[in-house]
This record gives sequence, C-alpha cells and structure tokens, in this order.
Amino acid sequence: MSSSTPLIEMQNIQKHFGSVIALAGVSVGVYPGECHCLLGDNGAGKSTFIKTMSGVHKPTSGSILFEGQPMHFADPRDAIAAGIATVHQHLAMIPLMSVSRNFFMGNEPVRKIGPLKMFDHDYANRITMEEMRKMGINLRGPDQAVGTLSGGERQTVAIARAVHFGAKVLILDEPTSALGVRQTSNVLVTIDKVRKQGVAVVFITHNVRHALAVGDRFTVLNRGQTLGTAKRGEISAEELQDLMAGGQELATLEGSLGGTV
Amino acid sequence: MSDAHTQIAGDERIKHRSRFREALIRPELGGIIGTAIVFFMFLIFAGDSGMFNSQGILNWSQISAQFVIIAVGACLLMIAGEFDLSVGSMIGFAGMLIAIFSVTLGWPVWMAIITTFVVALAIGALNGYIVVRTGLPSFIVTLAFLFILRGFAIYLPQTIERKTIIGGVADAAEGDWLAAVFGGKILTGLFQWLGDNGWIAVFERGTRKGQPVVDGLPMLIVWALLLVVVGHFILTKTRFGNWIFAAGGDAEAARNSGVPVNRVKILMFMFTAFCATVFATCQVMEFGSAGSDRGLLKEFEAIIAVVIGGALLTGGYGSVIGAALGALIFGVVQQGLFFAGVESSLFRVFLGVILLCAVILNTYIRRLITGER
Repeated sequence: MSSSTPLIEMQNIQKHFGSVIALAGVSVGVYPGECHCLLGDNGAGKSTFIKTMSGVHKPTSGSILFEGQPMHFADPRDAIAAGIATVHQHLAMIPLMSVSRNFFMGNEPVRKIGPLKMFDHDYANRITMEEMRKMGINLRGPDQAVGTLSGGERQTVAIARAVHFGAKVLILDEPTSALGVRQTSNVLVTIDKVRKQGVAVVFITHNVRHALAVGDRFTVLNRGQTLGTAKRGEISAEELQDLMAGGQELATLEGSLGGTV
Repeated sequence: MSDAHTQIAGDERIKHRSRFREALIRPELGGIIGTAIVFFMFLIFAGDSGMFNSQGILNWSQISAQFVIIAVGACLLMIAGEFDLSVGSMIGFAGMLIAIFSVTLGWPVWMAIITTFVVALAIGALNGYIVVRTGLPSFIVTLAFLFILRGFAIYLPQTIERKTIIGGVADAAEGDWLAAVFGGKILTGLFQWLGDNGWIAVFERGTRKGQPVVDGLPMLIVWALLLVVVGHFILTKTRFGNWIFAAGGDAEAARNSGVPVNRVKILMFMFTAFCATVFATCQVMEFGSAGSDRGLLKEFEAIIAVVIGGALLTGGYGSVIGAALGALIFGVVQQGLFFAGVESSLFRVFLGVILLCAVILNTYIRRLITGER
C-alpha cells in the first residue's frame, strides 16, 4: 500500500435496526491508491456498511477515522464535502440531459456577467470532454445525451465526475452487476485508472472474478460480520466464493454442480 | 483488458449522424416548422382578409400573447416534471380577487394587484408543497385546485355582489401606476408616427380622426415577450435551469447529485401561478371587469402549446422558445380561421389533430435522444 495510515478506517462498526443486527462489529481500513473489494452475498450487510461509510446511517457503535481523525457525519452532504463519494447502483445520471449537464449537475460552474450568474457552458463542456478523454471515452460532443451511452460508459462518467469533484474515497456500489462482459472490463479499467490517481476505491461486488481482476485487498462480509481481509495473491477465487457463501453449504452445492459456480 | 479503450481516435461503433437527425433533436424544431406552415397557409387563404394589416396583426398577437404567458409557466413546470391543471381556475380566481379588492372593498388598484399576486403565489406554493410532500401525482393535486379555485371564483362574487361578473375595474384603475403596467400601451409615439406616414391604418373620421387604429403595443404582448426571454434565459443559461431539467429528468438521480429538487418544483408551481395571475391581471385591465368563468380550459391549452413546442409530458426535456411558438401557432390558427371565414368550431378539431401529431413526434424524438428502441 502506498501509505501507512488508512485514508478511512472503520473500527468495529455495529449497526442495529430495531431488533435486527445488520452489522455486528465490522472493521475495514482503506488506503489511498488501493482498490478494496467488499464482497458478500445478498443480505450480508454490504449496503448497510457503505451507507454507514458515506454518512447515510450513523453507526450504533464503533468509530470512523477519516485521515486519522474521528468523524461524525450528520448526513451524506458532510461525507461528500469531506471527500467520500458514492456511485450508486442506480446512477445519478439523467438520460435526457447532455453529458456535460450531467457531469456538473448540482455543481454547476457559474460565470458572472454583471449581476447575472450564468451557467458557464464553455467551461463545463471543455472539462467534460477532457475528463472523458482521460477515462478513454470518446464523446461525439459534450452535448451528447447520456441516454446514448452504454451502461459501462455511464458508470465511467459517474466515476469521473466523483473524482473530478474531489473524491478521496470512492465507493462503487455494484458497478458491474448489470453490465455485459466488454462494458464490465471498461469499468474495471476505469477503476484501475482512478486508483492510480491515489483515490481509495471501495468496490462492492458479489462477483469474485471482477473483484480479483482489480482488487488489492478483499474483505468478505457474511451475516453482518467480517470474515477477514486478504491481500491480493493470498487468496483464490474458490476461497473467496467459499467465504461469501459461508463455506459449508456451497461446498456441498458445488459438488453437485461440478465446480461451475 | 487494458487496451480496451486505447484506440481513442475514433470509435467505429458511433454512427455518424446526419445533420437532419441532429436538427431533429432540437426541441424547438416542431414549433418552427409548425409556425412556418401556419403562416404560409394563412397568407394564402386569408392574406387579403385584413389578417396581416395592423389591426389584424394586433388581434392575433394579443391572443397568441395570452397563450404565451401561460405556456411559459406550464413549460418550465412540465420540464421540472409536473403539471398544473389549476391554471385556468387560477386565472378566474385571481381576476376575481382583483375586482373584489379594488371595486367592492375600494382598495387602490395597485394594492389589489399586489395582494392578488401574493395570494396566487401562496396557492402555487401550496400546490407544490403538497405534491413534493405527499409524492402524489401533480395531476391529481392540481385537479383538486382546479375545482377549489373555480368554486371560489363563482362563490365569492355571488355571495358578495350577487352576480358573477364584477365590473367597474376600469374606473378604479384610472391613473393607477401598477394597473398601467398590465393594461397600458407603450410605443404610442412610434405608432402615431407610423400612422402619420401612412404605413398603418388611421381613423378616417370621428373624434379620433388622424389617430392610428392601433395606437400602441399592449402591455400584454410586452409581458409575453418578457416572460419568454426571462424563461429561456433561466432554463438554458443558469444553474437553476440545469436543476429544472434535472428535477424533471429523474428526481431521485438529481437528489443524489445534490440538486434541491423539492425547492425547484415548488418554485416552478409558484412561477406557473405567477404567469396565470399576469394573464388574469392583463385581462381584467383590458376588459375592466372580472368574470367567474374566465380562463376556462386554459390549463389544457397551455399544456397543448407546450407539447407542440416539443416538451415531453414526462418532464426533463423541452424549450421555452418552443412553447412560445406553440402558443403562437395556437393564436394564429384560432384567429386565422375567423379571418379565413372557416367555421370556428373546427379550431377544436385542429387542436386535437395537432396535439396528437406533436405527441407522436415527441415520442419519436425522445427515442432519438436516448437511443432507446
């Protein structure tokens, strides 16, 4: 890892919803420039965990250290201001609007002409084209509608936008789950590029192969608990799969399926 | 994997689009073509009927200006993803308030107008608040206000004055500064000069001999132009305009990006109410009276003008210029049929047909933009 202190460190996080224990003491640290994969089956607590990290939920107990300081996020805006950005499964992208309008949605650059504050379209268009080119997407023009982009390209726009607006920690919530093979690889390439810029990436997925393709470290969640964090090269796809499913049941299943899962 | 996107120079999968298709995805296109066709038709069929002399032009421009005023409000609201069906009732209600305040209660007209605007904006805000709070479709919420406001527009004058039309506003408005902003005329000197030079018609005899028949530009038209310019500027050139598109395109996505969607929507409901009240005030000042049935069906006409202008009913896409052209088409056809001597009920047939065509065209355009099939 490129740095000795984690950019964000979640220590022994517990989250209870009434009588349901969604997280039962999870500890994860993410370093700048690493891609930390968070794996888990449905209902394992992945969503609750990243929502805690991004300020949507407050932990019932446990502490969050951001750049070494304890953090208490009142709401997601605090977390975004601190540099924790989430790219949701359901993207914050509007198909009918142009890429450039989408890119700056909620953060529109403003140019003042006398008392009038105008949306600086020239600046927005230029930056959008630049950032997209960096990510390897060749737009027809900044006014191209997002609706004409593929799912993978939309993910890339969303990621580029988060990074452009100063994300230090980028949480990607299952970015590849609805994508085809080629689009998935585009998104994985994007993740790799972002990581090299020194951003700490938290990559949530339940696809072991996608995780292994770009991950530096892997944390598996199961029933609200961490089953440990492994470094790249220390763990195989089969082991990860086992951990996610809780080991035993899948082993018997796998036998009957001939190792195809 | 790493070479998946290295060939950046050109992507063979992006088809080059023809200029025609590029032009098609401009929302105003339908409005521009429609306007051209309408003027062309009436120049042929009603060119010698007086439709294009000064009185004729004033006639259809005033009707069009009325449509434009409410269409601008409806347009921005529709782009923000909502409808307001209470526009027509608001016109009747606001006009009635002005008449009651100024004639029955004897307030100065400027005070009556300002109070009416405050009440109307509050009702607009209430509409918006209910919609964003409950998450109910604005169609239903504003339908309720269609009946509530119309009911009051009938009940109030009947209870207070025992009639449904309150006159005498013209006398009360005599010399009032704010009344002139809605009911006055500007550029009277220019029109006199045009008349003196024989370029526009002047009265041949009577007390006004030598004065031009059209003696100035009515404030109604000035308001319409002003609202179009301001509306277009806000929508396309400001940060708030981006929020309007975003709120209508996908409210959830906009919220995730930090757009204050609720505020945008409530403000747009207020703006629609503002436009309806401008309409009402101009009308009351022009007629010198307020009637319970004023503004009937105007909400639908506003929506039709907006749709002809290329806006999508589902929100997130549209243009103020387009809506204004839609309103112009409306006004020109409504008055043009009269000039051309065509039975005026055919206007409704025309409306229905053009609405259907516009919606079908818009759906096709939407597919073009988003690439859906």
